[in-house]
Amino acid sequence: MTRADDTATAQAASRSEQWADLMRSALNGDAASYRQLLVALAPVLRTAARRILERAGQGTGDVEDVVQETLLALHLKRQSWDPASPLMPWVWAIARHKALDVLRRRGRRAEVPIDELEAVLADTAAADDGLAGHDVARLTQSLSGREREVVEAVYLSGASTKEAGARLAMSEGAVRVALHRALKRLAAIYGGGEP
Amino acid sequence: MKTDELILALSADARPRGPSLAVALAVAVTLGAIAAAIGMQLTLGIRPDVLAALGSPRFLFKFVETAALAVVAVRLAARMSRPGAELWSAEVGLFVPALLLFTAVVLELASVPEAAWERRLVGTNWAVCLMAVPSFSLVPLGLLLWALRRGASESGALTGLVAGLAAGGIGAFFYAAHCPDDSPLFVAVWYTIAIAGVAGLGALLGARILRW
Repeated sequence: MTRADDTATAQAASRSEQWADLMRSALNGDAASYRQLLVALAPVLRTAARRILERAGQGTGDVEDVVQETLLALHLKRQSWDPASPLMPWVWAIARHKALDVLRRRGRRAEVPIDELEAVLADTAAADDGLAGHDVARLTQSLSGREREVVEAVYLSGASTKEAGARLAMSEGAVRVALHRALKRLAAIYGGGEP
Repeated sequence: MKTDELILALSADARPRGPSLAVALAVAVTLGAIAAAIGMQLTLGIRPDVLAALGSPRFLFKFVETAALAVVAVRLAARMSRPGAELWSAEVGLFVPALLLFTAVVLELASVPEAAWERRLVGTNWAVCLMAVPSFSLVPLGLLLWALRRGASESGALTGLVAGLAAGGIGAFFYAAHCPDDSPLFVAVWYTIAIAGVAGLGALLGARILRW
């Protein structure tokens, strides 16, 4: 192993630590930390998804589907992470599960060793993969009118449920409940299951 | 929807809702045990000679065995519901009830004359055992699967199977209070068959219910 590799590995380790801290705050309801974590994870997940799809001999057209499904799964299953354990093995296991799920739905089988995903974190190129321009229309189209309105109002309000509530003439609590339901339904539709 | 928009929507929903996996499992085990106890008492009832039986190591062994199975299986199912978690140490736990049962069978074979083996193995009540253990396990199984939905198992069928072992252990624990057959030979055959049935049902249900 070269010194550069060592440095990359050490950086990856300290980043994982930081992300675990952000997740702990998120589980205590800190939306800003949570957003920071998800923004940081998205490009890493994108690189991992691309690798998995390429290995399975699939085009990379579905990469953003895998990224969004993984983000939804991380979100809905976040209580399955044990805050006393490292964050990234949990993230990789979920990313792999979701990528294999997408491949399975396309009738492909693939093996994805976790070690290979670990390498993504030390891969500096992964961090350069920006967020802009990744659009999946299928996602919002699949939500019913009211659910879509809530999700859209929340992101138009910059993740403020209070402001989204004002926009929709709903109480903040009602927005939170509706948002949570919409996200669950989104994952169910995405997973090909019934809502 | 763009991915950064999705992230905004997710971050607005930061605080988790509902109980954690550990709390949900604790609730499931407690309520499941209460349901199995009530079910047993309402249908079969504790055996009349229970006070005398408490002095018998064979009678007590049935509780130790089934409780051990329930405990290690719940632990393993919980671990299997945490993606990326190390499973080995929890999997090894399954050897505890297996070794307990093996030891008890060896001791029984050593201490009872060969002529009595068959009578002890067949027992008096095996048909009731095969009906009652799965029946008392149904509510615990349902509750455990409900709790495990908070987790994220890589294989719903396998986790369901382990949940079935746990539920079977709980059901058998309470059936044991009625069961007039105390020989480890009886336990090794009939309890095992009954619990295996519950585990199979758990696998079938888990494959559907624990998908995500």
